[in-house]
Amino acid sequence: MNKKYRKKYEAVVIGVSAGGTNALKMILSSMPADFSLPVIIVQHLHPNSKNDMPDLYNDSCRLKVKQADEKEGIVRGCIYFAPPNYHLLVEDDRTFSLSVEAPVNFSRPSIDVLFESASDVYGASLIGVVLTGANNDGSRGLKKIKDGGGLTIVQDPDTAEYPSMPTSAIAASKIDYVVPLEDIVSVIVKLSETGVG
Amino acid sequence: MKDNKDVNSDDHNENENIEIRMLLEAIFLKYGYDFRNYAKASLKRRINQRMTLSGLEKISDMIHNVLYDRLFFDKFLTDLSINVTEMFRDPSFFLSIRNRVISELRELPYIKVWLAGCSTGEEVYSMSILLTEEKLYEKTRIYATDFSQAALNKAKDGIYKLNDMKKYTSNYQHAGGIESFSDYYSTKYDSAIMNQSLKKNVTFSNHNLVTDGVFGEMNVIVCRNVLIYFNRELQDNVFRLFMDSLCEDGFLCLGSKETIRLSKYSDNFEDFIKEEKIYKKRMISDQTVDPVPQVERLDGSVIRKSSVLISDAIKKLDELQSLINTVNIDR
Ligand SMILES: C[S@@+](CC[C@H](N)C(=O)[O-])C[C@H]1O[C@@H](n2cnc3c(N)ncnc32)[C@H](O)[C@@H]1O
Repeated sequence: MNKKYRKKYEAVVIGVSAGGTNALKMILSSMPADFSLPVIIVQHLHPNSKNDMPDLYNDSCRLKVKQADEKEGIVRGCIYFAPPNYHLLVEDDRTFSLSVEAPVNFSRPSIDVLFESASDVYGASLIGVVLTGANNDGSRGLKKIKDGGGLTIVQDPDTAEYPSMPTSAIAASKIDYVVPLEDIVSVIVKLSETGVG
Repeated sequence: MKDNKDVNSDDHNENENIEIRMLLEAIFLKYGYDFRNYAKASLKRRINQRMTLSGLEKISDMIHNVLYDRLFFDKFLTDLSINVTEMFRDPSFFLSIRNRVISELRELPYIKVWLAGCSTGEEVYSMSILLTEEKLYEKTRIYATDFSQAALNKAKDGIYKLNDMKKYTSNYQHAGGIESFSDYYSTKYDSAIMNQSLKKNVTFSNHNLVTDGVFGEMNVIVCRNVLIYFNRELQDNVFRLFMDSLCEDGFLCLGSKETIRLSKYSDNFEDFIKEEKIYKKRMISDQTVDPVPQVERLDGSVIRKSSVLISDAIKKLDELQSLINTVNIDR
């Protein structure tokens, strides 16, 4: 087979840490209004930060942005944030669950926890994205997504406010797309529409 | 047609799910602990972690270990009961209890508080401290329960890492505490030992929310960060249990990401402090509560009466025990 098999993607997961607010503003404000997949985001935050983080992006984003609720059904075209201080996981029936188990990679919510559980559920129909950050959370999860047949994208470390998280992800597994921040949305949109990048 | 790799990974996932169901069934049949209606994603993480730690390759290998190796099961049970907790977790919650709920309790002759899923006890000592400062502790009985005996034992000991006290002090202050937090514990090496007086009115007991019954006539039930691990059906059963265990006007307090609003018992509770998930049991005349068959209702009232008797007996025993203690100390 020399022509790539056309996949139907079902969800996008994004992990972002230090430098995240700027990166997310850019990404979320350029998402098209008719984007057809759910986007699930873990952003590392200070544990005491308020619950109203999604509000920060709601004004500039054409899609609905909200904090994921326990047992909430995941719907397309909606952007979900993990609540501060809880791990966010995806269940087989495409609903969210939350957990207060110990921090992973010193983080709760942890990117790995979301990515690994989403990969269990979505398998090859998952797109995983790692953006700027100063640690290595997300590397394991992205590897799992790749091993499960999903597609992986990492922000080009040279364009990242904090390069360690992207660099670590690139070192941990083979990444499908390493692209500058401003190109990430167009790659995702194309994948969501055509199944190929 | 899919890539081979994708088919394999889908297949693998399906098999894993089957193996997990078999494992949970085995645990239930052998030990009576019922995890079959727990949220799967988190269970799966725990299972994979224990597998890696024990050098096992497949979930089905674990079934054998669980059945034939009690020590292995005990360890695994500790994994499954996610005991992570802190003192004055979510300070704004404890601040609301202090500012809004306490005044409602003051007039009561006697206060009964049930901390369900109290884990290693941090929540218990937080509540004892708060009630002591509000001068209500003397007329309060706290029932602290969990289904993990290992966690309960730690709760009874009340010995925590000194390192954590910095965070707890800050939580305490954000929760409206104005005393010196370090007066509530003594320090030994790198441990903080909570003052004995804080457990004077606490009864620790093993109680499984899935399989055990009503705890009678509570004024306040606190059950935080336990229900996120249950599926809807199980959550509903537990809400029913809480409803039957609360007295008129009793308070139900859930974790910050938990709600009763999606449950079929939603109408039986009104918001008291919405943002903090503090609810108040609403009095609905018996006819409008979902009709429980006559026989079951009779059973319920018998169970409730006997559980009140039992908890009173426990209280008497506790008093006797502390009397014996004082006599022993005096000698
Ligand atoms: C994450 S801890 C919450 C501790 C504390 N309430 C807090 O919010 O910090 C969850 C606790 O629920 C307990 N638990 C889980 N399932 C239970 C059940 N079926 N019955 C009683 N306790 C249970 C676990 O053992 C664990 O200690």
